Amino acid sequence: MIQQLVMYEEELQQINRICEILHRDSNAKAVLVIDKNGQAIAQAGDTAQLDVTSLSSLTAGNVAATGGIAQLLAEREFAGQFHEGEKTNVHISIVGARVILVVLFDERSSLGLVRLRVRKASSELTSVLDVMVKKSSSGAGQPSVFSEITDDDIDNLFND
Amino acid sequence: MSFINYSSREINCKIVYYGPGLCGKTTNLQYIYNKTNPEAKGKMISLATETERTLFFDFLPLSLGEIRGFKTRFHLYTVPGQVFYDASRKLILKGVDGVVYVGDSQMERMEANIESLDNLRSNLQEQGYDLDKLPYVVQYNKRDLPNAIQMSELEETLNPTKVPSFEAVAPKGIGVFDTLKAVAKLVLTELRKGG
Repeated sequence: MIQQLVMYEEELQQINRICEILHRDSNAKAVLVIDKNGQAIAQAGDTAQLDVTSLSSLTAGNVAATGGIAQLLAEREFAGQFHEGEKTNVHISIVGARVILVVLFDERSSLGLVRLRVRKASSELTSVLDVMVKKSSSGAGQPSVFSEITDDDIDNLFND
Repeated sequence: MSFINYSSREINCKIVYYGPGLCGKTTNLQYIYNKTNPEAKGKMISLATETERTLFFDFLPLSLGEIRGFKTRFHLYTVPGQVFYDASRKLILKGVDGVVYVGDSQMERMEANIESLDNLRSNLQEQGYDLDKLPYVVQYNKRDLPNAIQMSELEETLNPTKVPSFEAVAPKGIGVFDTLKAVAKLVLTELRKGG
């Protein structure tokens, strides 16, 4: 049984908007929303020269490893991480126990400002995620197109 | 956990290569990486020790093309095979959609094979998965070595449930894509059933 997370247009627009506002209000270089399994969900800001796929996978791995450390120390979870670089700093936080919010920022912003803005964005994101998960589990929204996939469709993927 | 994005029309699935240390999990991914068109793959990431043993995981994002207007993306992961990295293996299995078990055909690795397979089953159980219900294939690697055990014996010991299985020589690519295709098909078939 494969669990599925389904993203619909409406929720993605809301998540994108939260990312854009966070990017603007925190003076960040870029904002990413990643699911805990390493899939990139949304992004805002200067992401053109970022390898978002790799960043997402590594960040999720990092968060998973930190979660493992928390368990060993009988902590429920470390809610956030901060990495300080020479040019770029990274603020990582877990939102709604489901997704990871990543803010990349430089000297134009500060950790305090980022933390403040992340807190607001997190609570908004949590509400959107709750709706998204409910829709995913009930299968509401639209009928699955995947029930119509044929063996030929699958075989065709591998023909080349 | 497969991630379906109706907005960008993408299906994302996670496949994990599991098996004992030095069985060739990373070699499988390296071969796939080397033989895939640049536009269909992302960067391959290996978190390895200085002696090139996998420390946390290898990661390779692949695009397989479109199905009913949806781009299919597969994220391939390997686990570290060495016994003492068990905590890392558990983390990597989270959200898995399909599993490839890579066995080492050499006689002297049979015990390690069995231990790794038991470890896979119990680690999946801990995450709430049942190996018998997941898309799952087996690959017998290192078939070219002189001390390779007969296939019938490997099948009997490592594949009692008779899932699709493949003989492989991963550095030469023999069996590598057959294995990947088989597990990807099973994952998509599962998706069709509605997860």
